Amino acid sequence: MAYVAVKGGEDAIAHAHAWLAEARRGDPAVPELSVAQIGQQLGLAVDRVMAEGSCHDRGLAALAIKQARGDLIEAAFLLRAYRTTLPRFGASAPLDTAAMLVRRRISATYKDLPGGQVLGPTFDYTHRLLDFALEAEGAPPPEPAPEAEADGAPMPRVSGILAQEGLMAAEPASEAPPGDLTREPLAFPADRPLRLQALARGDEGFLLALGYSTQRGYGNAHPFVGEIRVGEVAVGLTPPELGFEISIGDITVTECGMVNQFAGSKTEPPQFTRGYGLVFGHGERKAMAMALVDRSLRAAELGEEAAAPAQSPEFVLYHCDNVDATGFVEHLKLPHYVDFQSELEKIRTLRATADAAQREAAE
Amino acid sequence: MLSPGFADPALDAQRCFRAVLEATSRPGRVQRLAEGVLEPPAPLGLAAAAVLLSLTDADTPVWLDAEAAPAADWLRFHAGCPLVAAPGDAAFVMACGAMPPLDGLNAGTEEAPHESATLLVQVAALDRGVTLRLSGPGIAREHRLRVAGLPPDFGLRWARNGAGFPRGVDLVLCAGAALAALPRTVRITEGDG
Amino acid sequence: MTPAGPAATSDDVAARQGWMAVLARAPAAALAERIAALPPLPAHARLRGPETGLAMVRGRQGGDGAPFNLGEMTVTRCTVRLGDGTLGHAYVAGRDARQAELAALLDAALQRPELHDAVMAAVIAPLAAAQAAGRGSVARKAAATRVAFATMATMRGE
Repeated sequence: MAYVAVKGGEDAIAHAHAWLAEARRGDPAVPELSVAQIGQQLGLAVDRVMAEGSCHDRGLAALAIKQARGDLIEAAFLLRAYRTTLPRFGASAPLDTAAMLVRRRISATYKDLPGGQVLGPTFDYTHRLLDFALEAEGAPPPEPAPEAEADGAPMPRVSGILAQEGLMAAEPASEAPPGDLTREPLAFPADRPLRLQALARGDEGFLLALGYSTQRGYGNAHPFVGEIRVGEVAVGLTPPELGFEISIGDITVTECGMVNQFAGSKTEPPQFTRGYGLVFGHGERKAMAMALVDRSLRAAELGEEAAAPAQSPEFVLYHCDNVDATGFVEHLKLPHYVDFQSELEKIRTLRATADAAQREAAE
Repeated sequence: MLSPGFADPALDAQRCFRAVLEATSRPGRVQRLAEGVLEPPAPLGLAAAAVLLSLTDADTPVWLDAEAAPAADWLRFHAGCPLVAAPGDAAFVMACGAMPPLDGLNAGTEEAPHESATLLVQVAALDRGVTLRLSGPGIAREHRLRVAGLPPDFGLRWARNGAGFPRGVDLVLCAGAALAALPRTVRITEGDG
Repeated sequence: MTPAGPAATSDDVAARQGWMAVLARAPAAALAERIAALPPLPAHARLRGPETGLAMVRGRQGGDGAPFNLGEMTVTRCTVRLGDGTLGHAYVAGRDARQAELAALLDAALQRPELHDAVMAAVIAPLAAAQAAGRGSVARKAAATRVAFATMATMRGE
């Protein structure tokens, strides 16, 4: 496709931006929304923008949401663009999610697992009835949630419990530096670390639909939620000038370990295999969808038939990034005047030819 | 003791980048950086230190020759660049001693010649010494650059570097606050001719 | 003591890791308030930063396998030098330049034997206590949502 530079429209663009600013603010009689309010009261939107913007910074994500008028894909795009202006100081030590300060941790496979089932602040078990009490503003904030004695017992990951019994394929130990999509463009075959990076920043809606498809027969999935955990983990970094690891703060992540049946192969006994999801913020749906898709993308590696869309690395990884996708879809709005002129001429020529042939046949 | 880097990291690095850009697009013309933008660590002069700080980061492996090695801590601290043991693995090569053999450096590939190394050589002076007569892209007819501190067979080595075009390394000569660039496209004849 | 200096022992490193972790989690205002309670700290010069950049956060596939790149986070770092040459470093999550500079200054002060105990007592200990209290509150709220399964006879039962 070719583009021709077209000049003009500066005034129209400036006026459109002015209107955008006015529309973003809305009715001035309504108090302006602060970035802090977005961070506090629209926290799950902030989490989603951090995950898909691939940058953990609540303040920046909240600002992006305000600027994007709540368009979360636009906000993720703004965050991705901003991160390109910052230098990278290094890579963290791999997160130790077993040492998480857990707010929520549930398992669908074991009722009585070490550390127990911890519900945390969840929508589960709510009635999904609109709560008109929230409409009445100015109500006093709710009482702090109840507290109970915490026993501080460790919460091992369920995948580890199964692995100890030899019923779960162990993850090969490796400290190999992973490939990085932000440095090298995606190439195939893409190894699992690279796939997980793409999925972690992938679009929640796209991954949700793909994960759903694997449950409905498009891919041979028999998943159980081994565990979902949400909470804060410490991030460690080793600055070269210090030569030892330091803890630079805590970030919120959601982890999902999906347990999948595996019938076994010539080299592997029947056992469970893992699908893994890890995302910034509190994002259970995304972490679960990621874990389903991670597992389905392992089909070829595990010697399974790979015919469904969710089992095709090219299909999934080339299309899961909403910043890529929106760029290519939305570019169709740009002027294609010259392309279209040539299409018009082609269609007219074809029609003239067809008309002539018809007339000839009729005569 | 470590000394600070640029006083104003963004703007000072941009000004230095601009000087390198000018130097590269007008091969052999000496650019001069403002004195005092940083306190270079021995043995680096102002230009060598500023160019390294402007162009290197965590994604650019750097090799320092034995003479430049005392600046290693400073460079690692301010630029965050990995220092590599072999010059062939480096994106930027800094020589304060003898110019390393050009054919031992990364010359890029036919598909990606831009991935080649850039060689920085700190020389004694850019206003005396042998006269290099330069021609090629960026030079209308001929430009003359005087350099003190290049090896006697530099002309021969440079010709070999140019013969592999588009592969090859680019050279930045630094002396004090002055720098001049010789991109791989430059042709050199020595002498006052 | 010369924590994590050239002759650092593993205890020194552990002590320094401990206070750096506390400083990284303390907002600038809390640091400034604690510093105000101390006799004036030595003058410092900025050696690098404060500057904001990114750290690539890594996870492990399956939770315990090979590392992968999860995504980036903002980090602000600063290095300061005291008059006697002591270097203080800080890397803190987020974009607060003031927090990073104060944390670097305190890291330098904590390495000075004559200042160490006073800074530990006036700055690190209370901040660490407040941070532990915050974590404790989260853990207790979580504990309150822990399911206590009642043992029930099953339907297909006995």
